[in-house]
Amino acid sequence: MGLVLVGLWVGQNVQLLPIDASSNAPVYDSLFQVLFSIGTILFIGIVGLVLFSLVRFRRRPGDLADGLAIEGNLPLEIVWTAIPAIVVLFVGIYSYDIYERMGGMVALNDHSAMHHSSEMMQASAGPSSTNTEGEGIAIEPRVWAGIGSSGSSEGSMPVEVTAMQFAFIFHYPDANITSGELHVPVNRPVELRMKANDVIHAFWVPQFRLKQDIIPGQPTVLSFTATRAGSYPIVCAELCGPYHGGMRSTVVVHEEEAFNKWFETNAPAKPAPTVASASLTPTA
Amino acid sequence: MTVASPTDFEPKGLQPEGWLKYFSFSLDHKVIGLQYLVTGFIFYFIGGALAGVIRMELTSPISDFVSRETYNEVLTLHGTVMIFLWIVPVVNGAFGNYLIPFYVGARDMAFPRLNAVAFWLIPPAGILLIASYFIAGGAAQSGWTAYPPLSLTTPAIGQVIWILSVLLLGGSSIFGGINFIATILKLRRPGLKLMQLPMYCWAMLGTSILVVLSTPVLAGTLILLSFDIIAHTGFFNPALGGNVVVYQHLFWFYSHPAVYIMVLPAFGLVSEILPVHARKPLFGYTTMVYSILAIVVLGLIVWAHHMFTSGTPPWMRLFFTIATSFIAVPTGIKFFNWLATLWGGKLALNSAMLFSCGFIINFVFGGITGVALAQVPFDIHVHDTYFVVGHFHYIVYGGTVFVIFASVYHWYPKFTGRLLNEDLGRLHFLLTFIGFNLCFTPQHWLGLNGMPRRVAEYDPSFTTLNQVSSVGALLMAISTLPFLINVIWSAYAGQIAGDNPWNALTPEWLTASPPPVENWLGEAPLVTHPYDYGIPEGKIDLRVASGADLWFGGKR
Repeated sequence: MGLVLVGLWVGQNVQLLPIDASSNAPVYDSLFQVLFSIGTILFIGIVGLVLFSLVRFRRRPGDLADGLAIEGNLPLEIVWTAIPAIVVLFVGIYSYDIYERMGGMVALNDHSAMHHSSEMMQASAGPSSTNTEGEGIAIEPRVWAGIGSSGSSEGSMPVEVTAMQFAFIFHYPDANITSGELHVPVNRPVELRMKANDVIHAFWVPQFRLKQDIIPGQPTVLSFTATRAGSYPIVCAELCGPYHGGMRSTVVVHEEEAFNKWFETNAPAKPAPTVASASLTPTA
Repeated sequence: MTVASPTDFEPKGLQPEGWLKYFSFSLDHKVIGLQYLVTGFIFYFIGGALAGVIRMELTSPISDFVSRETYNEVLTLHGTVMIFLWIVPVVNGAFGNYLIPFYVGARDMAFPRLNAVAFWLIPPAGILLIASYFIAGGAAQSGWTAYPPLSLTTPAIGQVIWILSVLLLGGSSIFGGINFIATILKLRRPGLKLMQLPMYCWAMLGTSILVVLSTPVLAGTLILLSFDIIAHTGFFNPALGGNVVVYQHLFWFYSHPAVYIMVLPAFGLVSEILPVHARKPLFGYTTMVYSILAIVVLGLIVWAHHMFTSGTPPWMRLFFTIATSFIAVPTGIKFFNWLATLWGGKLALNSAMLFSCGFIINFVFGGITGVALAQVPFDIHVHDTYFVVGHFHYIVYGGTVFVIFASVYHWYPKFTGRLLNEDLGRLHFLLTFIGFNLCFTPQHWLGLNGMPRRVAEYDPSFTTLNQVSSVGALLMAISTLPFLINVIWSAYAGQIAGDNPWNALTPEWLTASPPPVENWLGEAPLVTHPYDYGIPEGKIDLRVASGADLWFGGKR
């Protein structure tokens, strides 16, 4: 019983995670707390048993006798099969619930995903998109939804993300801004439409508890809502070549007004795509 | 009609005698086992040196020790060497070949020549792999996972040599697996039932089934990958209409079971070591057997948990979460059974026992982080970070490598006829245990807080913990010194062990140390109760009983 209390206390009070800065981070953290508590209880309990056995049952010098010939104990074995099974089942169901709250269980190619798919295909400049529309054959351009794709409701801000060796490039289709850093407003859903040019990369913001592989040939959508203003690292989390460790960027979460200001100052006066090249280099 | 005796087929003089036999195409399962063991240790030291390069590079947050390309070659070679040339050959090939024929009461493996071929595939494959570092373009740079399209764009020669080497090692593994299945099922001594076999036989049977089912998938995948590299086909090349996620599915269909190929034999070895040194029967033999079989079945249907961020469909994420979590149940049964084996025993606190208990503690930690990693939302955050690196090393180093050391301390007297020095052994354990935990515990925190794996440079705020981790790695490197000194010195000057220094009941101890060719001079012993240690309740052990015990019937 004391062990359980210690486990619960550790789960509640030992903070191992970075600060939370997105709407799904607190949900994630509550799952982490549960897992951490259960894990602490199990680990301390088993280590305690091993250490106790090693001390209590050590062979004294000169003692050549054997231990008791206990070959098994069916009720005991049933108990320690049932307990982990129940714990694991509970954890599985709980994490399923968490996952649903984070928006991970949305079916692929559902309504919201389909809504964006045509834009996605144009963004990725696939030659097939024009063909399918012309012939009217329902070859659905497939969008590989990442976690949080249910958050792509109305009012969300689209950003196109291109990952390449060794940088992320962010393009805001609403204002034709191209940037090496991701700027987002606080408390407003953002929808990242991601594609990779060469090899597999992964978009990871530890403070958002979000990660999504960006796979060449598979346009992917990732949605999130930032909840805390500040600057957080964007890290590439999939080995992508020699400079993989240097493939980093920053996501700047602004308050609403500051973001609008940034948006206006950086928007090109006329639609001029060449502005992009000036800010291509990542600043991290 | 004449009857040919075995000596007619095996003319004397063809097999070298003495030390030379260890460098020959020997057919003796014990020689082959030791060949695997020593070769494995050589590659362990090479892989360890590569790990040293990685930890050295990571003592500072900038890439300053080796070039970035070299760093990626080093991490690729480290992973490949440690998995395919150290752990898999040693826990399967070395101990399997040495022990399985004894345990089933046979004089050799079912296919001795295939066995020798399987071993002799390993040195050329290993030399090929290491040599690829020195050619133009260098070794493979795409990690031991070799995900396309990265593996299609890095220097081709190194990658192709890597594929060739892994194919050879996979072939060796398959030959070994077939041999173990045939030996365990078909070469049992008459009268020996399956449920009377020592637990290591069951572990090797399960492991070999996994090897035979999953390794061919890896081989096929790598051949397709080599076509993509050499012939510019488009199986996995998105630019040519290929699909990279298909590669990941095929790769992990082997490479997740590969984890069980590395740990199941270790579970079996621990089940042999603990009862002997605790002087108690193995607790719950039957449930141990069924949990091995459950791990084999479940191990084949969990591979996609390595791909939760790869754009897998939601139903697949849910299925693989639950399947993966449930592996904790049979694994948990085994751990509780080992704890119950220890409980109430007479534990000899020697190096074999200490390493086994170290294994239990480390593996429980790795298992707990493993159940956490199986949960999709948790995994989304820590996938491909140092959290995974920490978890994985707790399983394969804290788990399997600790068991390999325990096994060396336990069976060295059988291999050589001499005991290892226990003081050096305990020092070795202490240094390894402290170094290991110092090295890999901080990595969990690093992963949670934003350090991805396979990087040569990182956020400067992670410097201190990376340096702590590197100090731990240095301790692990130092810890091999007492071990090496012990093993070499004891071979010549160690205390003479006798045939059965541990007073054990399994059949390998019921013959000379080292055992003769063909294992027994007479008929193989029939051991139907391999764990028949201990005093049944209500009986009195005559070796320690006093007159008063006998008078009161031991019920004082």
